[in-house]
Amino acid sequence: MISLLKKLAKKFFNLFGKKGEIKLGFYGPPNAGKTSLANRICQDWLGEDIGTVSKIPHETRNVQFKEKVVIEKGNKKIEFKLIDTPGIATKIDFEDFMKFGMRKHEAQSRAKEATQGIIEAIKWLDDIDAVIVVLDSSLNPYSQVNITIIGNLIARKIPVLIVANKIDLRKSDIKKVEAAFPEYNIIGISARTGENIDGFYDALFKLVKKAK
Amino acid sequence: MAKDKDLTIYFMPYSEIGKEDSTSRIKKILNIILQNKIVILQGRLKAEEESRLIGDTMVLIGHIKGFKGVELAVVSSSDKMGIFEKFKHSIAKALVGEQDAVTIVGPANLVKEIKRNPQKLELYLKK
Repeated sequence: MISLLKKLAKKFFNLFGKKGEIKLGFYGPPNAGKTSLANRICQDWLGEDIGTVSKIPHETRNVQFKEKVVIEKGNKKIEFKLIDTPGIATKIDFEDFMKFGMRKHEAQSRAKEATQGIIEAIKWLDDIDAVIVVLDSSLNPYSQVNITIIGNLIARKIPVLIVANKIDLRKSDIKKVEAAFPEYNIIGISARTGENIDGFYDALFKLVKKAK
Repeated sequence: MAKDKDLTIYFMPYSEIGKEDSTSRIKKILNIILQNKIVILQGRLKAEEESRLIGDTMVLIGHIKGFKGVELAVVSSSDKMGIFEKFKHSIAKALVGEQDAVTIVGPANLVKEIKRNPQKLELYLKK
């Protein structure tokens, strides 16, 4: 009911002029590189990070924000609120964290926070204007989490850009990602090395324009 | 969480959830999962129901001892359709729901992984 009211209010205000600040969400499975990409954008344009990254899954367990991110390219300029969300998964097992050397209590606490983070990330889908789905291009793209996230965005008519991250890895296979989501333009990048980040910014301009 | 070691597969025809609202559909599926059974559903949930199923699963992880979540996969014939076929399919879907798909949901403590390769699903169980 609340989400319906929010949607109605949004539509009502959009009738009377330009949309306010665009809310750009970063979604995807855990460890795909959402925060790495968000950090790169924030470093490039604000000179600071948005969050910490780690090899241990579910490092981001709260939705993180950066207000008023402004990107300029030539005479073009976009402004948005960047929203980095926790990785979405269908299962969380604290024992998986113990494999990374965590103590039981610490692992249980991380698992609890991770489940809450996923709930929060799903709730945010009601309030987002455009989404960058970050996938790990070295893994099988046909995971149900990827399909569910993208299916949700289609159903909500939210503009989507799919980023195939980690193209610097030997196992990276963008063609597999393209075959999995043939209706989308896939941008291959490496958030870690910065490879093709310019191509990403070009695609980002188009995405934000669609959301306006 | 049930402690049965037998593998039970619950085939759910679409008619069993077709007339239910979203809350009841998800509740029905999760209730079966909590009995340590794998659900094979004729058809698929709506996109928003799939994400709600994930959200409700996360809530249960924190509240039910031993429950670690679910493995979930859907195969749908609409994945490989052309534009006209998709249009026809979306009309049929609006009328009777998406029945020409198969959804598999199983408890993560039983199902290790479901590998999906476009039109094929492989279910890996834990020993």
